[in-house]
Amino acid sequence: MQVYADNAATTKISKVALDAMMPCFETIYGNPSSLHSAGQEAKEALEAARAKVAQCLGCEPREIYFTSGGSEADNQAIISAARYGARKGKKHIISTAFEHHAVLHTLEKLEKEGFEVTLLDVHQGHNITAQQVKDAIREDTCLVTTMYANNEIGSVLPISQIGAVCKEAGIPFHTDAVQAVGHIEIDVQAQNIDMLSLSGHKFHGPKGVGALYVRRGFPLVNIIDGGAQERGKRAGTENLPAICGMAAALEDACAHLEENTVKVTAMRDRLIEGLKQIPHSALNGDEVNRLPGNVNFCFEGIEGESLLLLLDMKGVCASSGSACTSGSLDPSHVLLAIGRVHDVAHGSLRLSLCEYNTEEEVDHILQVVPEVVSYLRGMSPVWRDLQNGKREYIL
Amino acid sequence: MALYSEKVMDHFMHPRNVGVIENADGIGEVGNAKCGDIMKIYLKIENEIIVDVKFETFGCGSAIASSSMATEMIKGKSIHEALNLTNKAVAEALDGLPAHKLHCSVLAEEAIKNALKDYYIRNGIPYDKKLFPDCENCSHCHG
Repeated sequence: MQVYADNAATTKISKVALDAMMPCFETIYGNPSSLHSAGQEAKEALEAARAKVAQCLGCEPREIYFTSGGSEADNQAIISAARYGARKGKKHIISTAFEHHAVLHTLEKLEKEGFEVTLLDVHQGHNITAQQVKDAIREDTCLVTTMYANNEIGSVLPISQIGAVCKEAGIPFHTDAVQAVGHIEIDVQAQNIDMLSLSGHKFHGPKGVGALYVRRGFPLVNIIDGGAQERGKRAGTENLPAICGMAAALEDACAHLEENTVKVTAMRDRLIEGLKQIPHSALNGDEVNRLPGNVNFCFEGIEGESLLLLLDMKGVCASSGSACTSGSLDPSHVLLAIGRVHDVAHGSLRLSLCEYNTEEEVDHILQVVPEVVSYLRGMSPVWRDLQNGKREYIL
Repeated sequence: MALYSEKVMDHFMHPRNVGVIENADGIGEVGNAKCGDIMKIYLKIENEIIVDVKFETFGCGSAIASSSMATEMIKGKSIHEALNLTNKAVAEALDGLPAHKLHCSVLAEEAIKNALKDYYIRNGIPYDKKLFPDCENCSHCHG
């Protein structure tokens, strides 16, 4: 049995998305910037896609800017808010310790330019509270940027409450919603979100395309200079096939959001309950406010890469926050941020489900993960020391 | 996965010499859990010959494969031959390791050397300290 359980990394493109893309290769191949009818036909497709995305987020089409993906959207949102803040002498940014690197590395760059960054602690409940945001706000705060949901451990942040805090304080609020869009109901107006990043391939759309929602009037700064595409804020001929595919996928995801949530959440909870039975393991991430498809565990005494390789051999595609899978010495910054020590962070496993997964696949995962964990523990000197009492259990 | 050679995958999937030797004549352990890999080698030595060897490894696929290959390479060999086993030879025998995984073969070499040092110490045999580098600093091989 082949089980794809790495949907937080990327998803399989849907038939709906593919069907929306194909005409853009075959018939609607004009450049949306061209004056002729072929160009105008492409322009119409582009604007129809923009309207679909806007509708799913509860904003106006003119507030949507298409990008190459979530990372570009994050970069542009943060840089724009920083430049705007700096003009008013405000150079303090609030974020969290478990953001995606697209956010963290952009913030590090700004720190070198003299910005001050407060990263909120995520130890408590593997999440943050709106109160933490409120407490961190200063006179010179120019941006609050928090992810909507964490890509590794699945915690869903209290976005509506954070939005309310930011609105009251008059501070722009950006959220990296790459993992949430298409999986959680979002309304940027009701939730007081000023900027939001999304990525097409996380909800069965194509790769290499994303979007940035920006509340009308907020001064965007270009990351890519050139032509006047995207209201002059993002140069480069639009990737029309990908944009149309993404819009169709998002429309489809939002239309089936409730039923997908029910199905995926049930499978997730069965996996969590089953894997909890493995001794000396721990669930990572917020147990209650959690992405429908996210399962993330640490297993003491083993290392994540060997776990992934063996699971792959048994037909299960998953991921891990171990250092070996990242090519660096340190395990995932997210696991360290929630307080997992290196020793156990190396032994992490993330399974991320979508509505294409089945209960039979969950059965298969529940059969093979305990087998593989116990096989690897059987050859682990760390596990032997734990069992002999020469080393103390952490989990 | 194309990440590793077929040999690495073979030794990872079917590791040779996994286990423990009770009353081993030499035990060597290198690495630490913080770095994400620990190797422990057990030697049974008779008349200067390694008659049996077992290993336990906490680590990634290439760490397990390196341990397995290294133990195969010293089994039945003399202490002198085992001391001359280099990480390069282990990596070559595995048809190569990705650059960021070469430290795994270093760990295998050092685990064997540590086990031999332990054998010398237990038996009061004088040895050349230069032959046995300390493995306490991860950046030494991960660097």
